[in-house]
Amino acid sequence: MTESFGSAAIGEAIDAASGTALCAYITAGYPSLDGFADILTAVAGTADVVEIGVPFTDPMADGLTIQRASRVALENGVTLEWIFEVLGDMAPSLKAPHLLMGYYNPFLAFGLDRLGVAMTETTTSGLIIPDLPIDESGPLLETLQPRGLALVQLVTPTTPEDRLIRLTSAGGGFVYAVTTTGVTGGDAALPTQTLAYLDRVGSAASLPVLAGFGVRSRDQVETLSGHVDGVVVGSALIEAIDRGEDPGVFLEELRPAAVSA
Amino acid sequence: MTMTKNSLLAELIEGAPPSDGRFGPYGGRFVPETLMAVLQRLERKSIELLADSGFKAELKAEQRDFIGRPTALSPAPGLGERWGAEVYLKREDLCHTGAHKINNALGQALIAKRLGVSRIVAETGAGQHGVATAAAAARVGLPCTVYMGVIDARRQKPNLERMKLLGAKVILVETGDQTLRSAIDEAMRDWVSDPDGTYYLLGSVVGPHPYPWMVREFQSVIGHEARNQMIARGGGLPDVAVACVGGGSNAIGLFRGFVGDPEVELLGIEAGGRGGDGDPHSATLGKGSPGVLHGAMTPLLQDAHGQIEDTHSIAPGLDYPGVGPEHALLRDLGRARYESVTDDDALDALHECSSAEGILPALESSHALAGAKRWAASHPGARIVVGLSGRGDKDIQLLTGEVPHD
Ligand SMILES: Cc1ncc(COP(=O)(O)O)c(C=O)c1O
Repeated sequence: MTESFGSAAIGEAIDAASGTALCAYITAGYPSLDGFADILTAVAGTADVVEIGVPFTDPMADGLTIQRASRVALENGVTLEWIFEVLGDMAPSLKAPHLLMGYYNPFLAFGLDRLGVAMTETTTSGLIIPDLPIDESGPLLETLQPRGLALVQLVTPTTPEDRLIRLTSAGGGFVYAVTTTGVTGGDAALPTQTLAYLDRVGSAASLPVLAGFGVRSRDQVETLSGHVDGVVVGSALIEAIDRGEDPGVFLEELRPAAVSA
Repeated sequence: MTMTKNSLLAELIEGAPPSDGRFGPYGGRFVPETLMAVLQRLERKSIELLADSGFKAELKAEQRDFIGRPTALSPAPGLGERWGAEVYLKREDLCHTGAHKINNALGQALIAKRLGVSRIVAETGAGQHGVATAAAAARVGLPCTVYMGVIDARRQKPNLERMKLLGAKVILVETGDQTLRSAIDEAMRDWVSDPDGTYYLLGSVVGPHPYPWMVREFQSVIGHEARNQMIARGGGLPDVAVACVGGGSNAIGLFRGFVGDPEVELLGIEAGGRGGDGDPHSATLGKGSPGVLHGAMTPLLQDAHGQIEDTHSIAPGLDYPGVGPEHALLRDLGRARYESVTDDDALDALHECSSAEGILPALESSHALAGAKRWAASHPGARIVVGLSGRGDKDIQLLTGEVPHD
């Protein structure tokens, strides 16, 4: 049972993880409306934090896998209303806190105040919005912060130092450190300069740091584990679901050996 | 409230780069964090260069020597007689590469060069911006990649071939709606992958700040020339300036010449598609609602859930669900009005202009002609300037039925 939710609950879940925290992304209503509940349950049973993707017609920061999943979800009729309905039923039994991840426009269309209310009702801890930089997020923060909900900030290798300091203390929940320039779905190479950048994020941040974009193997998780508090896995998980694999098992196998044994 | 309205309009007329990237409630910079630093750098650089006398002199020389500016302002007595008006056409179809798009492409290519990037990417709908970018990139000596939806590539094949001849690498986009909107999505994905080495040469007054302002600055040469040319002909300012609106760059360029003349009406014409109830169209200012797409807060064609709707226009350059934020503010302030005309109206206007004037206009520009004709019907004897944004050679296969409309 998730007893608490919000910014603090996310941080606690990451701290409580055995070793490197696993944050798993799945697109809502993918591959089908009916099948989603089982996938969500399985993922929340293994992951430390769950990101539920809100599909959008123009996912400009996403690679082909999540583009396709978003399109299928939209064809299935997924809306934010539907997502909150499902979460209203399921959230009390989910074993990990959850956030919503998606582009700004569907949230705007839903209505920002109504969004804060629906998130609280469904114990949704926060949002990740890749096309909403901190500079434009004033109106949304006004509805999230009084409710203790997170607006997770993304930082990237191109983020200048002064901005990095600002972003790593803003928004709440965790800091989402994007491993590379580019879109989701690649295969992050993680050269030493990337690890040095992640170390820089870590020393600037008071919040936990999760690395994401292109994380798809246990080797990568092992490499990252000394540098960040956790990882985000998205496209690779969706591809595992496409192959018919059990998402819980797939995630478990990503955890470094010493911990999963 | 009226005070704010007046001061917003005064600010708009003055035309300084908006310090917060906003046109009233519209505009802004809604992009992934990866692009923030590069947009801030572009903002600084473009403001600096557009005020720099050396850059301005180079731009002016290139406008003359490469684009062929100033373009003519042609009296159109054949249309005038039919419409019962005095009609002038601002001939952007005479620009090198055949449309106004080169005004912007060349300007930005000169900026890209000074930024020291290693390549240029662009999107294109009608292919005019793609051709213009390919030409401008070649002119400044940078390699160039253009994203084009497969539907548009089929509809505008001559431009596809021209881009390749001009040395551009063309990538056909099969995701999303396979037209201009998906081409922008793909170009942005490319840009996000290498923001420091790649310059994104956006083709209209859309996207994150500083693009709407910067592109407008490069296109305002249309309106400034037109105003001077009208005055030089004698008879003074026009009663109305009419232009088609896709993203809105040729319209804002024409409007900039007259925005400070309250006696000149500004009329933008959007694409009404087939015109039936419930048919898809691209009349964003007429029927859209504010939202965020491609980096800006602006009117969009979207459903109740904030999903972007599929659009339709026979004119690929107008087939887009968003619009420039400055137009939205001009509309809200009552300084400009926006109407739409149908595919069929535009086709009729294309044929009328071709036979009456010996000028084959682009399907996009034909929307402006159809809108101007309708306006003339209720303003007998008025003086009208129409922005003829481009030439129609690219549309021949659409016109002969050799390729389907969508
Ligand atoms: C000839 C022509 N006119 C107009 C447009 C529409 O663009 P904008 O509204 O930015 O002028 C295009 C776009 O491709 C075009 O090719």
